[in-house]
Amino acid sequence: MTDITRLTVAEALNSLKNKEFSAVELTEQYIKNMEAGRKYNAYITECADVAIKQAEEADKRYAAGTNRALEGIPLGIKDLFCTKDIRTTAASHILDNFVPPYESTVTQHLLNDGAVFLGKLNLDEFAMGGSNETSYFGPVINPWSKDKNLVPGGSSGGSAAAVAAHMCAAATGTDTGGSIREPAAFCGITGIKPTYGRCSRWGIVAFASSLDQAGPIAQDVRDCALLLRSMSGFDAKDSTSCDIAVPDYENFMNGDIRGLTIGLPKEYRPEGLNPEIAAYWDKATEYLKARGANVKEISLPHTKYALATYYVLAPAEASSNLARYDGIRYGFRANGEHLDDLYINTRTQGFGAEVKRRIMIGTYVLSAGYYDAYFLKAQKMRRLIHNDFLEAFKQCDVILTPTSPITAFPIGDESMLQNPINMYLNDVFTVSVNLAGLPALSLPIGLSANGLPYGMQLIGKPFDEGTLFNVAAKLEADAKFERI
Amino acid sequence: MAEYFIETAKGKWEVVVGLEIHCQIISKSKIFSGASTEFGDDPNVNVCFVDAGMPGMLPTLNKECVRQAVKTGLGLNAKINKYSEFSRKNYFYADMPTDYQITQFRYPIVGEGEILIDLSDGTTRKIGIERMHIEQDAAKSIHDLSPTKSYIDLNRAGVGLMEIVTKPDFRSPEEAGAFLRKLRSILRYLETCDGNMDEGSMRCDANISVRPLGSAELRSRCEMKNVNSVKFVMQAIENEAKRQIEVYENGGTIEQETRQFDQTTGQSKAMRKKEFAHDYRYFPEPDLPPLVLTDEYINAVKAEMVELPDAKKQRFIETMGLTPYDAMVLCENKEHAAFFEKAAAGHDAKKVANWMMSDFFAMLNKKRLDISQSPVSAENLGKLVELISKEVISGKIAKDVFEIMAQTGEDPEKIVEEKGLKQVTDTGAIENIIDEVIASNPDNVSAYKNGKTNLAGWFVGQVIKMSQGKANPAIVNKLVREKLDK
Repeated sequence: MTDITRLTVAEALNSLKNKEFSAVELTEQYIKNMEAGRKYNAYITECADVAIKQAEEADKRYAAGTNRALEGIPLGIKDLFCTKDIRTTAASHILDNFVPPYESTVTQHLLNDGAVFLGKLNLDEFAMGGSNETSYFGPVINPWSKDKNLVPGGSSGGSAAAVAAHMCAAATGTDTGGSIREPAAFCGITGIKPTYGRCSRWGIVAFASSLDQAGPIAQDVRDCALLLRSMSGFDAKDSTSCDIAVPDYENFMNGDIRGLTIGLPKEYRPEGLNPEIAAYWDKATEYLKARGANVKEISLPHTKYALATYYVLAPAEASSNLARYDGIRYGFRANGEHLDDLYINTRTQGFGAEVKRRIMIGTYVLSAGYYDAYFLKAQKMRRLIHNDFLEAFKQCDVILTPTSPITAFPIGDESMLQNPINMYLNDVFTVSVNLAGLPALSLPIGLSANGLPYGMQLIGKPFDEGTLFNVAAKLEADAKFERI
Repeated sequence: MAEYFIETAKGKWEVVVGLEIHCQIISKSKIFSGASTEFGDDPNVNVCFVDAGMPGMLPTLNKECVRQAVKTGLGLNAKINKYSEFSRKNYFYADMPTDYQITQFRYPIVGEGEILIDLSDGTTRKIGIERMHIEQDAAKSIHDLSPTKSYIDLNRAGVGLMEIVTKPDFRSPEEAGAFLRKLRSILRYLETCDGNMDEGSMRCDANISVRPLGSAELRSRCEMKNVNSVKFVMQAIENEAKRQIEVYENGGTIEQETRQFDQTTGQSKAMRKKEFAHDYRYFPEPDLPPLVLTDEYINAVKAEMVELPDAKKQRFIETMGLTPYDAMVLCENKEHAAFFEKAAAGHDAKKVANWMMSDFFAMLNKKRLDISQSPVSAENLGKLVELISKEVISGKIAKDVFEIMAQTGEDPEKIVEEKGLKQVTDTGAIENIIDEVIASNPDNVSAYKNGKTNLAGWFVGQVIKMSQGKANPAIVNKLVREKLDK
């Protein structure tokens, strides 16, 4: 019998419906992989017992013919989603004993559709990082690693590694500046960050509220379409969630791209862009042209300010969002003589270095006397970046760019650790999308000379995830990327 | 009103005061969560995950609180801002579960307005409103249950507040007191805040400074925090003004600071100097979209507005003939005004007002009753006045009837009927009594006839006495003179 964990979600659903194997069998196989793959450190909390019970329930449903959209599909959940009665840490010491008494809206949607949860996946602490090295629970190892251990990307590093190494059928991720797309690219799989407001943020530990958005990380485009449909939808409990009907994304994959215009932003192709990724970008463009799409160079003139804007706004919101982790009500507490000591000791011991760095940056840019120079200016720049995209989408239907200028790098890379700016530069192609609130998908396009995956990014108009699935399906078919 | 100033051996000083009043919004649930706002429940009962600042929880705006705020803004004759924004005010304290307060900063829901205050000499003065915004209340810290622990009650966390900021328009403690009473009256009319300062549902901070009388400068102010009665606000202003004057006159300077008022001593102590003031790092709340109101919405709220005390007072003066003072007193309290209108319907309004202002309120005071518990109903008070107007009973008998009404709650007509208190207006019957009095007092008759005409009053008194007070005095007066002059 073939390894059933190699199947995509769509394929597994088909087999489950045809009673080729049971949900319990499928779940048991994934649990085996999860246990065998502990060296990757992808899971912070494993929930094999819960998963088996859920799978048993799924099998009953298959037997009764009441199976739902994702019945019996074993998923991994990024440990930023609050899961009822299952520890939720945000990969931080400060929450390492926190068991939520509630379920996030997105994970509730997945449970309502019959999904099985294998456990909680590692990430950068509070989703702050691009390499999964800031986790209190240690770094995640990219399954593509050969001689050296490589990072899986971040912050959804555990999600990407677990999907790539078949330790779950698919996973949830969150993306504030590229946290779904970059790890998906580094691990040779597919992920989509939908339009801001598409998925409810209720019950997801907040990093930067105006940028955070949940999305799926999966083997391929179709699985992303299936999962996103389940995860999306209006939620009255999230005032930034949008009341727009969720279409059947899978249907878009059958579409035609003839006559669609693909925009190529010239600012994303500076002198000295890594020639390997530049070549894959050209190749991807050719694939789409060959299928009848038009290609047009476009301009996003404020691109060069995107990183600076992002690294003012995201820390500003984070500094406020993370204030509640103070040791008073839940989570880790270090005692102190007085209330202020309790705060200082708790937060000094409870947060890691990168989180502290961003809290300090955020506190600084919001301070009296600096607000106008940093926060307010960044808000204005955010508007200009948003307007750039609005203008661009008057000339094209979808924008094609690389996901990251580089492939996965070694864990503990000196240049990244010594100068956080070098780490932040990896987000150069992804952060603008969050600032503009747009949907964007990353899919693997090919391998580097040293055998590591590169990802391409498709950026869409607001709530036009459908077109992304349409174009991505064509690119995927042409690229014929071989996953692990 | 008369100018208020504080005079010392060295000169005259004027006080300059602005108020900031936090008013708890009347709403079933909290401003950003579905938890109940019930006051007085056991600690930490009315709490949901949002109020407790749990990870991943998000605020959602309670539309009822918005409606209440718009209503209040209209009641303050203020501009309703069609665009407003929520902001986060960041500071760490154990009774603030998220360690930031969701409030409004740059763009409040209500802009400039003004209200009229009624002063003791019957004059009115305009006080400017700078702005009003809506925000969430903090939880309550309890420090006195244990020597080593503090307790937190989250029931109050997230209850909606309206913060009303006045312009620095007050020049005396009396004006500040009159403002607070007027504001409370308006809020109670609108039913947007119950205005109970002793329960903390209305809390006042006063920004106080002084300057030499006649000067237009604005000197450094001190903020007196959470003074919880009208009386204490007035006392705090007076004492703080005196303290500042003493500092200035001794060559010192006043630095901006926050002070804590002690209601047992009437004095205050410094809490926080300006250099230790928090940097609240306000920024727009990313979890809530801007609040955008349409003209249709504002007009719909306008259409629901009740008549407010000023308009009612004016109407009572103009159409019901009340004095400005009576109208002001009756209108301060919505229930009193409503009772009055009901009692006065179809009757002599001015007489009804006189009765309410004297015997009726005295009776309520004596019995320690709220008007809603009054044994004398509005209809019955009206009937009583009508009985006097129609000369069915005299004013004197009416007082006795009212006593019975206050004890039994009975209808005055019934009391008059049953007790036979009807005024005798039948001239025949009165004449019989007069004849009897004349017949049995020949000496006084002759004295009258010999010029002691003021004895007429004695005869009238005898007749009324014999009628047990029921004979109509005017008729008796007329008939007694007719008979004696015959």
